[in-house]
Amino acid sequence: MRSLLEFVRKGNDLKVTVIVTLKADVLDPEGEAIRKVSRSLGYEAVEGVRQGKFFEINIEGGTEQEAKSLAEDLAEKFLANPVIEDYRVERVEL
Amino acid sequence: MFAVIQFPGSCDDRDMWFAMSSVLAGKCSMVWHQESELPAGTKGVLLPGGFSYGDYLRCGAMAQLSPIMGAVKRFAKSGGPVLGTCNGFQVLCEAGLLPGALRRNSQLAFVCDDVHLRVEKRAEPFSSRTEQGAILTLPIKHGEGCFYASEVELDLIEQNGQVLLRYCELDGTISKASNPNGSLGSIAGVLNKEGNVLGLMPHPEHAVEAAFGGTDGIAILGSLLDMARSA
Repeated sequence: MRSLLEFVRKGNDLKVTVIVTLKADVLDPEGEAIRKVSRSLGYEAVEGVRQGKFFEINIEGGTEQEAKSLAEDLAEKFLANPVIEDYRVERVEL
Repeated sequence: MFAVIQFPGSCDDRDMWFAMSSVLAGKCSMVWHQESELPAGTKGVLLPGGFSYGDYLRCGAMAQLSPIMGAVKRFAKSGGPVLGTCNGFQVLCEAGLLPGALRRNSQLAFVCDDVHLRVEKRAEPFSSRTEQGAILTLPIKHGEGCFYASEVELDLIEQNGQVLLRYCELDGTISKASNPNGSLGSIAGVLNKEGNVLGLMPHPEHAVEAAFGGTDGIAILGSLLDMARSA
């Protein structure tokens, strides 16, 4: 059983999603391989695939704005490489 | 004295140490990544190949945040020579000490082979023992060695003469067939603007003894030693 205190604290956590994608002009051989296999599976309408990374980050306490700016800082400095990747931060849930 | 930085997951650190100290008779010591300072009297820093931190997130992304990298960055900014091979190249790009980035090989296969490389310029401290236009044969072994930079950045790299080595045919011709990983401009080795930081996908430390795959690596590592001895 969770204690009431833990429940309250968990209730303040924010779950933020960061999505990292390759910049449009960066070659994505993995995405291309996924496209080819998708077509060979019979999904011939699949014209292009770009793959990337997905991060789900739990952030303790604070406001939605604080959580978003923390995630943005982290993405800028570490989760994405600005030479080849773009990122976007999305708030998912309380 | 040269410092070989050891990260968890480095695997060419001992080969680098052996090439510099045992084969080329230079002074070389191992420095663990948790150190925050380079040993006194360090004349050059060597970042070895391998899979630092298991290549998690991106190759080199974790290693570039190791405590020792602060000292390596200060050393590089003060003009000290820094050579990164393979994973070391990836670490230098992630650290912002070199332009561009290294991506998954365009054909998606891990490549382990000897390649021919054209020396694009003769300059201290990395290529004084060779000549512009010389062809070196060195081994490569990597899955993520496709050099990428934006068009603007690539133009700057070329204009500043920052390309040291390009993949080529035996006669020096640059071709698609001789480019093992899809690198833009067939770039195998790139310098920073100042010319004191070099990243190489090929491994000079694996080519220093005739009985083991040739001795062309001495052209690079020997140049570094000459610089250290004359300094």
